[in-house]
Amino acid sequence: MATVVQRPKLNLFERSYLPAVLGGLFITIKHFKNMILGKTKVTMQYPEQKWDSSLPEWYRGAPTLVKDEHDRERCVACQLCEFICPPRAITIKAAELPSESKWGKVEKYPKKFDIDMIRCIYCGLCEEVCPEQAIFLRKDYSITGLSRAEMVHDKEKLYELGGVMKGLVNKWNEKK
Amino acid sequence: MPSLEIFLQPEVFLVWTSVLKICVILGIVLTMVAYSVWAERKVSAFIQDRIGPNRVGWAGLIQPIADGLKLLLKENFVPAGVNKFYFSIAPSLAMVPAILVLAVLPFGSTLFEVPMVIANLEIGVLWVFAVSSLGVYGIVLAGWASNSKYPFLGGIRSSSQMISYELSLGLSVIPVFMIIGTLNLGEIVQYQVENGWMIFPVWFTSGAGPLEIVEGGTVFGLSLSKTLLWIPMVISCVVFTVAMFAETNRMPFDLPEAEQELIGGYHTEYSSMRFALFFLGEYAAMIAGSGVIVTLFFGGWSLPFIPSGNEGWFWGLVNIGTFFAKVAAIIFFFLWVRWTLPRFRFDQLMKLGWYVFFELALVNIFLTAGILAYLQS
Repeated sequence: MATVVQRPKLNLFERSYLPAVLGGLFITIKHFKNMILGKTKVTMQYPEQKWDSSLPEWYRGAPTLVKDEHDRERCVACQLCEFICPPRAITIKAAELPSESKWGKVEKYPKKFDIDMIRCIYCGLCEEVCPEQAIFLRKDYSITGLSRAEMVHDKEKLYELGGVMKGLVNKWNEKK
Repeated sequence: MPSLEIFLQPEVFLVWTSVLKICVILGIVLTMVAYSVWAERKVSAFIQDRIGPNRVGWAGLIQPIADGLKLLLKENFVPAGVNKFYFSIAPSLAMVPAILVLAVLPFGSTLFEVPMVIANLEIGVLWVFAVSSLGVYGIVLAGWASNSKYPFLGGIRSSSQMISYELSLGLSVIPVFMIIGTLNLGEIVQYQVENGWMIFPVWFTSGAGPLEIVEGGTVFGLSLSKTLLWIPMVISCVVFTVAMFAETNRMPFDLPEAEQELIGGYHTEYSSMRFALFFLGEYAAMIAGSGVIVTLFFGGWSLPFIPSGNEGWFWGLVNIGTFFAKVAAIIFFFLWVRWTLPRFRFDQLMKLGWYVFFELALVNIFLTAGILAYLQS
């Protein structure tokens, strides 16, 4: 059965459009006046004002590599993150650590660690899967570049973004 | 010095003052056009609780220049299949009539005893109607020459809309002439200086109405004749303003453009500076239309208790400022209405024009005639 919408019965004055027009004009000028008087809450002016300080602890920004307080790069090039990454944004080229180095028993380190930030979907699976607590999603969200090549974060850039993270599990230290 | 005296000979004096006035008025109006685009964006933003342009210059005040530069540097694309001749003259045809209207508007009283009007025509109002209705040619030609469906629809809509509203536009000012008895815009303003603004006749200097003469300076008050004539004047003003909205394709009546249905209507196929000319022509028409409204109903350059330019050049400048301030106020009203009302449907538009405003304007003429006859008897 068809639904019958009851139209309101308008009297002659209302049908002249005048009350609706005047009412509308009144509403818009009220908004205008409030804006002029600065009573209206407006959008944050983005590049000048940022919401960085109110980002939550668990915010998932750009993935980064971290070093620990002993200045050791945490990544051991196990490539788990590379395999789990859904959009395949991570490329790792592993290399062997020389046995005479301080951390020689770790055996491997990433010679090349690239994250293609055009591909990255900020899902955080790499952070979740990492057995070494080496990769973390930090709070950088404004990742921009002028070319595709510029959007690929190499190892240097990843460490620069990640910095040093303290208080991680240092399972390699006791095997020194 | 004979070389300087030649400038004071009547004919030469007329020529160089006119050229000077043309340059100044064009400068002022084109600046106003640019800044009414800015004002449009700012007002729409404020009404919608946004901030609006605020990047280029303080509060976005250099934005119009940036926009103009952008439009100048863009490619002036001519689609295949257009009628090139009409396609290229249409934008100018949209811009020129709007500017021609300015020629007869008295934008000030006098400055150094030079009347502040470019051409003091005896048939000023007829000139305004004749020229401003030519504006439709730009739009119709653009719509037709583009060889594209949407512009074509826009052009058709524009022509039918303009013809419909031209009638009420013309008829709604007849009561003004019945009361004042002249078509000269300067004299219309002079009458309003002496007898109070048409829309707000509560102060006057010489007479208490067209038919009563009172001695003395500026008086504040109302008389029977003024109160009676106030009614048709308000109707006239409302009808004229609404018809002016339709004439300048402004919001509740912007069917020729109708972004949502016609993708910009008549200027869909235009780009770069040709598009800009349409855009600026629309705003120039708005400013000219506001100037006519101000002149006819809001007392032109006059303000109560402010003397005319005969009392000194300072007051002459104040009068010019007053005129443009009033024009700006009317433009603000145009913008305000645009960001308040939704667009009419085409049949509603035609119905409103032919069934309501045309009749209202006609009845208003008889009403005025009746009141005048009553006052005379």
